[in-house]
Amino acid sequence: MDKTVTTKILIPSGALGLGYDRDALMRGISLEPDLIAIDGGSTDSGPHYLGTGTSKYSRSSIKSEWRELMQARAMANVPLVIGTAGTCGADDAVDWLLDITKEIATETDQKVTVAVLKSGQPTDRVINALDQGRITPLEPVIDINHSVLQSCTNIVALAGAEQIQAALNTGADIVIAGRATDTATIAALPLARGCHAGGTWHGAKIGECGALATTNPSSGTIMITFDADGFTVEPMGQNARATPYTVSAHMLYENSNPLQLYEPGGHLDVRGATYTALDDRRVRVTGSAWVPSDTYTVKLEGARCGGYQCVSLALIREARYVENIETWTEAVEQNCRQKAQERIEGDFTLELRIIGLNATLGAQDMNAQIGTEVGVLGIVTAPSEMVAKEVAKTLNPYLLHMPLTDDEEMPTFAFPFSPNEMNRGEIYEFCLNHVMELDDPMQAFSLTIEQVRA
Amino acid sequence: MTKLADITHKIRSKNSGPFWITIDIFCTDAAEFERALIAADSGRVAHALGISVSDLKRYDLPDVRVVKFSFPRPIVQGTRFDRDMHGASFANLIAELDVTP
Repeated sequence: MDKTVTTKILIPSGALGLGYDRDALMRGISLEPDLIAIDGGSTDSGPHYLGTGTSKYSRSSIKSEWRELMQARAMANVPLVIGTAGTCGADDAVDWLLDITKEIATETDQKVTVAVLKSGQPTDRVINALDQGRITPLEPVIDINHSVLQSCTNIVALAGAEQIQAALNTGADIVIAGRATDTATIAALPLARGCHAGGTWHGAKIGECGALATTNPSSGTIMITFDADGFTVEPMGQNARATPYTVSAHMLYENSNPLQLYEPGGHLDVRGATYTALDDRRVRVTGSAWVPSDTYTVKLEGARCGGYQCVSLALIREARYVENIETWTEAVEQNCRQKAQERIEGDFTLELRIIGLNATLGAQDMNAQIGTEVGVLGIVTAPSEMVAKEVAKTLNPYLLHMPLTDDEEMPTFAFPFSPNEMNRGEIYEFCLNHVMELDDPMQAFSLTIEQVRA
Repeated sequence: MTKLADITHKIRSKNSGPFWITIDIFCTDAAEFERALIAADSGRVAHALGISVSDLKRYDLPDVRVVKFSFPRPIVQGTRFDRDMHGASFANLIAELDVTP
C-alpha cells in the first residue's frame, strides 16, 4: 500500500439534518481525518425544493448540526465540504447555508474561509447548449425545447470531483457546494492525491449515505480510507459493523444500475470488486474500475411550475357509505366536475383518492381491502390558484353531504378542518433528464471565496 | 396462497432519481435466491407493476443474493398524479405476487 496517498474521509451522516451519533463523530475526529464530507440533499423529496430553491429540513435543525460540524472541523483543522446544500443545491439554497454559516461563525467566534461553489444554470446557457447539440437526453427520454427551459424556475448542473477539487484548491476551511453528485464531495480529495480512481468512486458511493452501509445505519458516522489500490470502510459507531455483505449490498441503494455508476467524466464499474473482512467491523474493497468517457458531461436538473393545487379531505365512517365508497366517490367526482365546468372558467383536473382502500397504488393494487373508515382526498390542480380554490370549494358540499341515491336523507360526513380546503400553492415538476457537455469542468460553475469572521 | 414475500427475506422499493424506481428482493441464502430467480418472473413482475416487460431492467446478483428490478416511473415523481413521492410502496405489489407452486 502506498502510504503517501492514503486519504481518510469522515462522513458524519447520510445528509445534514438527518442526525448522527455524537460519540461516533468524535471518534472519527480523534482518528485524524483528512477531510469531513457531508451531503446536503437530493431530489428524493420531490420537485418542490428545486422549484423554489429551498431546504426540506428546518433552519433550526440545519443550524444545530452545521454548528457541531463546524466545531468538529475546527478541532480537526481539516476542510469541511457539503454538497447539494439546502436540499436542492440551487443558488438560493447555497446562499441560505452561507448565511447560517456566517451566523454560526459570529456566535462561536470562528474565523473561516468559505469557498462557495454554485451550480445554478442561467437559462441562456442551457438554451445555447441545446442549440449547439451539447445536451443529450438520458433514459427515459423527456422532450425539451426553449419554452420548457424558459419555464424552469431553477436549473442546476451536478458538479463532480473536478469542481470540488477547484474549491478545495483555494485552501478554504469550508466548501459550500450547490448541486453536486452524492459522491463528488467524498471523491475529490482522494482523486487529487492519486488514490485508485475506481476504488475512490466506489468508496465514495459506499460512504455517501453514512452508516447506511453498516449493521447500524442510525449511528450515522463512517470513515472511508482511500489508498493506491482500493478503500477500507470503518464505521465510527460503537455497535456498528461493516461486513462484506453490508458494503457490497449498498451499491443497490437508490441505484437503478447496481454495477455501474455514471459521474461527470466517466463511470464506475464494480463488477470486478472483491470485498474482504479485515476484522468483524472493517471491510477492504479492491478491484473496482473507473472508465473515463470521451467527453466531459454534467447532469442537469430543472423544475418548473406544474400548476396550483388545492386539496380537501372527508372522513367517512358510516358503514353503508364505506361499503359503497367507490360508487360514491365516482359520483362525487362526476357531479363536481360537471358543475365546476359549468360555473368556473379555466382548465383543471380533479382527482379523488380513497385513503384506506387504494390511495397508495391506485388501480394497480389487486389486494386492496377496506376497513371501517376511509378518507376521501380530493385533489384539484389548475393553472391558477384562484381556479384551483374555486373548484375545491365546489367540491365541498358534495364531499360533505352527497347521498348514495336520490331518495334518501342527506348524509353528513366528518371534515377535519374549517375551511376544509387546503391551499397547497404552486406545485412543481422535474422537467430535465439530460446531460450537458462542457469543454472545461468549471465552465458551468462559479467559485467565490468568502472570509467569514466573528 | 404463497406470496413472494413469504419465500424471500425482504423486498424494498425506492426512487432512483425522479424518473426511475428500483426494487430489491433480498434472499437469506443461495437456495432462497434460486427460488426467487424463478418466482420473480420478469413478465409477472411487469404485469404487477402495470408496465411493459421491455421497460423492466433486471439484475440477478448471486453475490448479494438479490434480484433487482428497475423501471421508468409510470408517473414522474411529484407530478400531479403521483401518489408516492419516494416510490416506497411499489415493493408491496411485488411482495404480494402470488407464487404458489
